[in-house]
Amino acid sequence: MMDPSAYLLLSGILFGIGVAGVVVRKNVLIILMSVEIMLNAVNVAFIAVGSHLGDVTGSVFAFMVMTVAAAEAAVGLAILIAIFRLKETIDITELSVLKW
Amino acid sequence: MAPISIDAAALLTSVQSIVPEIIVVATAIFVLLLDLAISEEKKHLLCGMGLLGIGVALFSVYALGQGRIEGFSGMIVHDGMGAFFDVVILSACALTFLMATGYSEWEGTHKGEFYSLILLSTSGMMFMAKGTDLMTVFLGLETLSIPIYVLVGFHRNRMSSLEGALKYFLLGAFASGFLLYGIALIYAVTGTTKIPVLATMLYDPRILASPLFLAGTGLLLVGFAFKVSLVPFHMWTPDAYEGAPTVVTAFMSAAVKAAAFAALIRVLLVALPGMQPVLWKVLWGLAVLTMTVGNLSALVQNNVKRLLAYSSIAHAGYILVGLVSGDVLGGQASLFYLLVYAFMNMGAFGVVMLIAQKEDEGYDIANLAGIGFKYPALGALLTLFLISLGGIPPTAGFVGKFYLFSAAVKNGYIWLAVIGVLNSAASIYYYLRMVVYMYMVTPDVEVAVPRPPRILFSMALCASAVVVVVLGIIPRSVLEIAERSVLSLLM
Amino acid sequence: MANLVSSIQFADPYFSVLLLLIIAVGMSVGFVFLSQALGPRKYDRIKYSVYECGVDPFTSASVRVSVKFYLVALLFLLFDLETAFLYPWAVLFRDLGLFGFIEMTIFVGILLVGLVYAWKKGALDWQ
Repeated sequence: MMDPSAYLLLSGILFGIGVAGVVVRKNVLIILMSVEIMLNAVNVAFIAVGSHLGDVTGSVFAFMVMTVAAAEAAVGLAILIAIFRLKETIDITELSVLKW
Repeated sequence: MAPISIDAAALLTSVQSIVPEIIVVATAIFVLLLDLAISEEKKHLLCGMGLLGIGVALFSVYALGQGRIEGFSGMIVHDGMGAFFDVVILSACALTFLMATGYSEWEGTHKGEFYSLILLSTSGMMFMAKGTDLMTVFLGLETLSIPIYVLVGFHRNRMSSLEGALKYFLLGAFASGFLLYGIALIYAVTGTTKIPVLATMLYDPRILASPLFLAGTGLLLVGFAFKVSLVPFHMWTPDAYEGAPTVVTAFMSAAVKAAAFAALIRVLLVALPGMQPVLWKVLWGLAVLTMTVGNLSALVQNNVKRLLAYSSIAHAGYILVGLVSGDVLGGQASLFYLLVYAFMNMGAFGVVMLIAQKEDEGYDIANLAGIGFKYPALGALLTLFLISLGGIPPTAGFVGKFYLFSAAVKNGYIWLAVIGVLNSAASIYYYLRMVVYMYMVTPDVEVAVPRPPRILFSMALCASAVVVVVLGIIPRSVLEIAERSVLSLLM
Repeated sequence: MANLVSSIQFADPYFSVLLLLIIAVGMSVGFVFLSQALGPRKYDRIKYSVYECGVDPFTSASVRVSVKFYLVALLFLLFDLETAFLYPWAVLFRDLGLFGFIEMTIFVGILLVGLVYAWKKGALDWQ
């Protein structure tokens, strides 16, 4: 049993950094990394609360989030490589075949 | 430590509760392996196998009936609502496969992974619709999303396809981050992720007043809003819909929406009725914004795919009206509309797919000019689907909208209904504009030559048309099933 | 459950969230402006040269890596993470008995299908 509020605070900060990264950065790779930070912030919260409650749901959820994050990263990188092959850029502002 | 005892009977019930999903996943794996074994000319077998699997899954849903089967210690439940959405999602998937028979030949998507990804996505949708734990809902959401990201970018040599995929992927991943953080906060306050347990916890006013819980609910809602593309979380929709291969667009517009709304209905009606005053005002605002922005943006589109994308945003708003009403009648209307929407929208995409010769170029509205008289069958079908989307009787779209708005009026949301009806009237303008192009505009060059449809493709279009007309004239029995589904949820 | 709810919050329930929001938003926004304000103004060659343990670099570090590495990395990422699910099972192997074994066989079997597919499609060939 431990007090999870500090960990929740940490996860809030990490989540904020992730969101800011997605909104501000233009490089798709960095945006991908920021999304990963967001997901890992969630993991911190889940594990802290789960351990505080002595409940395994939190840890199991963190496992699932990890797997999903890996799958998402793989698909994201694959799309990125395909785009790079066609266009030689991964700057999001230069992708404008479709209207934003 | 003593060995963990496995209750054989409970295990059997658990497996029973996900039989349709198991069949779909097994079919997906089988199709993937079959792709490796057969030669290039026989690829249409893959599609046939997929259809067979969907057929068996549909039969298993029918065999399981509407009884309530809980499985995996409350992670998943097969109830009336689960069965209803299984049918909607599987029919959308079946229509996609039927249309894919032709589309794959024209655009070169006769690949094992194409069909396999659609099936895997379908299984994710079914899990999402049946999940009674936020964990199952989340896993279902990701299982449906990740294959869709790939499918949107399936045309690796078309920049618009890849760009749509990237935008959809980035915003989708961003949204799932919000959804997850919402779940984490809710878990932090209540100590559970099970939806029925959550409902009982909410009788505690301290939890309801807890700001962490409010923030969690808000983030959860944002995550869902992205998936069903409610304004202002709709930015990805037009791009992803325009870029994706048209079969995938049709599938996305019908099935993803149904699955995401299923989970949203379950969360809203089962877990969160305690949050009535605040949350329902937010939903009211979202519904009005979504309908209005979706319709106004659709008015100025000249690309048919983009136009239908904005119209699908507007339709998410109509369906939300049923949820705002918040009672059985509203839920029933939403369920009915989701079913009808799947058929009429996929039908419309199907006809447009035939008329447009090429991805990227063929979807300009001018391309429709003169089609109506030269190809009367196609013209009539598209007209039927469009007037149904616009909500003109005697089609199913009219019945659906009628029930949605009357549920709103009955629950005292008069203004919401008025705004909805006005929006619906505005939408008729752009649907009829397409009809006008087909019948009254003489083409500049030549009338576009549609692709000759395959037998299976025509079957898909006819089936959609039959559903739209029949449900428009005799909706009673399906409405009753929808009502029982919502009631099974509230029991 | 009741003490759980109160234990998570600070003295004043609204204070904790306020603090959480302020710090989270403040830090993330602050970093953006900080990097603008404190970012490098002076550009010289040494500063932008690659740091390789104090040794002068032989070639440019930003060579383009073959795209094949990405494919291998992707596959590794996917299959590697599934090991995480094997560990809890391995720890409880005796307790879970036959049921756990069958479940894990299905899990690994599905992974195997993925591997076979990647293999047959030539994703593992370097050429």
